[in-house]
Formats: sequence, C-alpha cells, structure tokens
Amino acid sequence: MRVLGLDVGSRTVDAVWLKDGAVVDRAVFDAGCEPQEVAARLVGRRPSDRLVATGYGRHAAAERFGAAVITEIGAYALGAAHLFPQARAILDIGGQDTKVIRLGAAGRVLDFEMNDKCAAGTGRFLEVMARALGVALDDLGAAALAADSAAAVSSMCTVFAESEVIGLIHRGESRDRIARGLHEAIARRTITTLRRVGALPPLLFAGGGARNPALMELIRAGLDGVVLAAPEPQTVGALGAALHGSREPV
Amino acid sequence: MSDATVDYRPMWQALGLDLEAHDMLLTAIPQLYADAYLSQSDRPEGMAYFDFVLSEIHGLRIKELQDHKAAGGTVIGTFCLYVPEEIIRALGGLAVGLCAGAEWAYDQVEQLLPRNTCALIKSAMGFKMGKVCPYVESADLVIGETTCDGKKKAYELFGELAPVYVMELPQMKRPQDMSLWRSELDRLVTELERVSGRTLTLEALQKATKEVNDKRRALQRLNAARAARPAPISGKDALLAVQVAFYDDVPRFTQMVNRIADELEQRVAAGKGVAPCAAPRVLVTGSPMSLPNWKVHDLVEKAGGVVVAEELCTGARYYEKLVAEDASTVEGLLDDIATKYLDINCACFTPNPGRIDDVLRLAGQYKADGILHYALQFCAPYQIEATTVERAAREAGIPVLRVDTDYSMEDVGQLGTRIEAFLEMLQG
Repeated sequence: MRVLGLDVGSRTVDAVWLKDGAVVDRAVFDAGCEPQEVAARLVGRRPSDRLVATGYGRHAAAERFGAAVITEIGAYALGAAHLFPQARAILDIGGQDTKVIRLGAAGRVLDFEMNDKCAAGTGRFLEVMARALGVALDDLGAAALAADSAAAVSSMCTVFAESEVIGLIHRGESRDRIARGLHEAIARRTITTLRRVGALPPLLFAGGGARNPALMELIRAGLDGVVLAAPEPQTVGALGAALHGSREPV
Repeated sequence: MSDATVDYRPMWQALGLDLEAHDMLLTAIPQLYADAYLSQSDRPEGMAYFDFVLSEIHGLRIKELQDHKAAGGTVIGTFCLYVPEEIIRALGGLAVGLCAGAEWAYDQVEQLLPRNTCALIKSAMGFKMGKVCPYVESADLVIGETTCDGKKKAYELFGELAPVYVMELPQMKRPQDMSLWRSELDRLVTELERVSGRTLTLEALQKATKEVNDKRRALQRLNAARAARPAPISGKDALLAVQVAFYDDVPRFTQMVNRIADELEQRVAAGKGVAPCAAPRVLVTGSPMSLPNWKVHDLVEKAGGVVVAEELCTGARYYEKLVAEDASTVEGLLDDIATKYLDINCACFTPNPGRIDDVLRLAGQYKADGILHYALQFCAPYQIEATTVERAAREAGIPVLRVDTDYSMEDVGQLGTRIEAFLEMLQG
C-alpha cells in the first residue's frame, strides 16, 4: 500500500511517501502564500492509496484531498518512535510553534505542551531576529557559535526582543554575541518547558529548529542525556502522518 | 413563542443604549449562536426554550424587567455567584448577571483599565461604556464583590458609571471570616431595603430560598444525566443552561430545565446520546465562562470530544450546594445563606483544597477521561491554582490540558490543535 503523509505547516509543506511501510520519497517545500496549492503539487507528484494530513492546514487538506487527519503532536510521536524507538521525549521547534512531547512506548503521547498564540522562541522568532541582525536565517546558528560569549537578551517576546536587538546593535554590540544571546535565551526557555513536562532524554530534537546548529548544541549542553537528531528533521511529522495511515484503517 | 413584530427600539432608546452599536451586537450574537449551537445534531428538544431565550435576550426578558420595575420591583445586577440571589428576591428584586462574555468597546476600556486586565473585567466595562447592555442599564443597583484584585479595583471605576455597591468577600474560611461574611449579608439587607423601600420578612426570604433552591435542583437533575455514557446532552448546551440561569425568570427557568431533565432521563434510559460512546469525556474547570463565551466547549466538541461537567462558576459551583430551608427566623436563614455561599470553592480563597476535591470528585462522578483547565489570561487566582489542580490530577492518573486564553478568536488555530492532540492522547 502506498501512503502519503503530508505536513501542511505554517512555513513549509513536507511530504513523506511510504510503500508497504518503507520510505520511498520525501520533500520539503516552502509553504508560500498558498500552502494548499503547494500541497496539491505534492499530492500530484506520486500516486498514493491513502493520504493523511497533519499541521495547520490539515483540515483544509482533508477537505480538498479527502485525507484523514492527525494532529502534529500525534504525528511527531509516531514519526519519532519509528526513527528512534528509544526516544522518550520530543522537542519540535517549528515555524510558529514549539511542541514538547513526553512519549510512552510505541509512540504513545503521555503528555505534551505547545505554545499558545505567542511565537516566542519559535522559528518565526528566529526569522525576525535574523532579519533584525541582517543575517540569513541559515547563518544565524553559525553566527551564534562563532561568538565566545553572549550578549544579554532578556525578552522572549518576538516584538520586544526585536526592539532589544536593535537597541543592542545601536550600542555597538557584535552581531555574533547578540545571536548567541538570542539562542541562549531560547534554549533556557525550552529547557524549562522540557523539565516542566518531564520530557527528558533520550530526546529527539526535530522540526526546522533542529537544523540550527547553535540550538542543537545549547539544548544538548543543557540536558543530561542523549539528544537525538533526525536525518531530515522537518519531515518527522509527515513521516508520522504516513505511518498513521499505514497502521490502521483511516 | 417569539413575536417578530414587537419593536423593542423605543425601550432600548429609553434605557439609553447606543442603538447603532447595539444593532451591531445583535447581528453578531445570532451568527455566533448558530455556528456553535444550531449546528449541533441530536440536541434535546427542550433546548428549543434556550434558542428562544437567546433570540429574545435583549428583547422579551428586558421587557419583563421593565414591567417588573413598573410594578414597583427592582432589578439588581451582579457579576458573581457569591451575591445571594435569595436576599435580592426576598426584597422584590430580580437578580441579573451582567454582560461580561465578549470583547466590546476595548478601545474605550483601555483608556481606563490596563490592557493586561482579564477579559471578563474588560468586557463588563466595555458593555457599560459602549452602552450596549440593557441589563446594566435596567439595574437599580449593581452589586460587586471583592473576589479578586482586578474586580475590586475595577468596581471603583465602574462606580463612576453606574450605582455600585461592593460586598466584602473574605479570602479565607476561618470562623472570623464567616463572621465577617455574615455581617456583610446584614449590610446587604440594609442596602437592598434602602433601594427597594421594603423590609425583609421571614416569609419572603423562605419563599425566595425555596425558589432559588428549586432552580439549583433542576440544574442538578439536568447535570446528573451527563454522567451517562453516551452523554445525553452536549457540554455546550449544559453550559448554556447555567449561563442563562443567571438572568432568566426563576420559576419559568426551573420548569423548563426540569422538562429538559425529564427528556435527558428518557434518553439515558434509552441509551441515546449526542456523542459516540467512545468520544473522549472532558471535565472543564477554571475561570467563569460568561455568556456568550462558549469558545473552549465549542473547540472540544467540534474536535470530537464531549464536555461532561464544568467545575466553574457557570457550572457545578453555581448549582451543587443548596441553602438549608428549615430555619424559622430571618437571622437563622441568613446564617444558612451565609454558610452555603462561603462554602463555594473559588480560587480567590487561600488555601483552597475544597476545589481540588471538587475537581477530582466530579471527574470520577462524570467518568471524565481528561481535565481541561481553563483560565482567562491575567486571572491570577485560576492561572496560579492550575498548578495545584494539575498536580493533584496527575497523582490521580487523570491527564490535564492547561489552556490560558481570552475572548478573542486569534488563538483558535493553535488552541484547536492542542485540544485535538489532547483528545487523541485520551483515546491513546
């Protein structure tokens, strides 16, 4: 059976195709302004017998493509358990939300936490800060790692932190040190959430945020135990959705 | 029942409403109601009464209040279930809960109150400042209470706009707090005697106590049926019944709710429900949900769950406890009223172990698979007590989802995802 798992997220649309339980293809596309159009292109790329959608656009995709749905929380749990059966927790830093999941056996969700409408510490936060610093998003982590110390950044609110960063630039603070300060602030906040939920290593760090080397290093440094990295961190949700479609009638 | 030809505009104008703004409000509410309520399937037939009440929320009921005033009675506005309705009724008053469940005129409100004030307080102030609440405009007196710092201080400003009287609600439950609270009931009697020009009699207080208890008994019956699997009524409909209890005519409401309870008991006997047996059952606890705030219930039930109980001011806290009816003196009956009200477990009390017991007891009684802790943003008592509730529920093995939100719709995307994921987890 051929199953397509589609993660229609806020910043990217990700797809994983399974055939009889094995991954045959995957894709990560920018969501742009019309994520459902991007999804339609992915749906048309390969034939599939079943489609399961997750992410913000899951209900719209369900309506348009006749897909079944699963939340990102459930999808990440299944994807993570498949990749790393030993994982007991997941940290997913996505485009506009951060999810923390405590895992039981076989991808069972024991508890989770997700930010509300506030984008503090999410991919969107990093995007805004990269722009304020005049650094490409993909280079922001490297800039932070290049600094030997961090500038103090106290605000985690995207709006206030942007003002704070601009203030620091005007005071002559180096971009690398500011970038370092921003990453440390996110890592601190994230680790507090992980501890509150009891989502402790072995932990899979996934989502677009896991592509940031400074975040990966700081999260590893702040936790005792193994922090796992997925080979394609943005497709863990799509993989989970596809697995959901393979495992039971939907 | 509805008489579409009645023109209420002269009445609204006489009350001093801003007719243009009020028209906008009256177009918004039916849309909200249709989306949340009329879209449900298998609703109990008796809920038609509530459809009617909602359609006449600023019409017929306001007309009844005006008629009551013309006949020499008073209308007393309240914002909290600690204000004893028995005393208001015994002195010829009709108690009405005031509008505080939707965003209105925040631009004006934020000139008076900090932006980070809870939605309930901002809303109450907005309905008054925007001149769109016919209930507050009908009120001869608004009774406030010192339940939280936000309300306490906001009443000082509200008092510049309407006649406000504030009761001191103690924040602990020691004997000296009870004597303070009991003396506050005496003060309230004096104030209401002044406003109404009447004198409190035993007979009137006994009659009012019986009527208000009967209202609570009817709600107890309606809610008891929700313990059945499948649930015979949606959480939204059950919540609406309690929300309406705050301002509807008491004997009529009691009769109508008893009728719905009859219907629910038949449904339970027939094994008929509004949700599949396997639908995850959720207990909601936390800050009050004033009409028309149905946000969280709507999200839970549209995602396939069913809310089976509310440990809320607009829920079990409102109807679970009764006033003893056997006192033979006014003083004795006031003692019993004081006891009943101080026994309610609001998060404004410290410590507040009774609420934790209530939450766990209700979760068991209504076979809840999970607890949704709902707090309004900036409602410190409930936001902080959420930690205590969550800890106790975890120890009892019941999963908890904590939701901090307000009346805006900007977070329904994320909130919907969290609630869906919670339901998936409960079905695990």
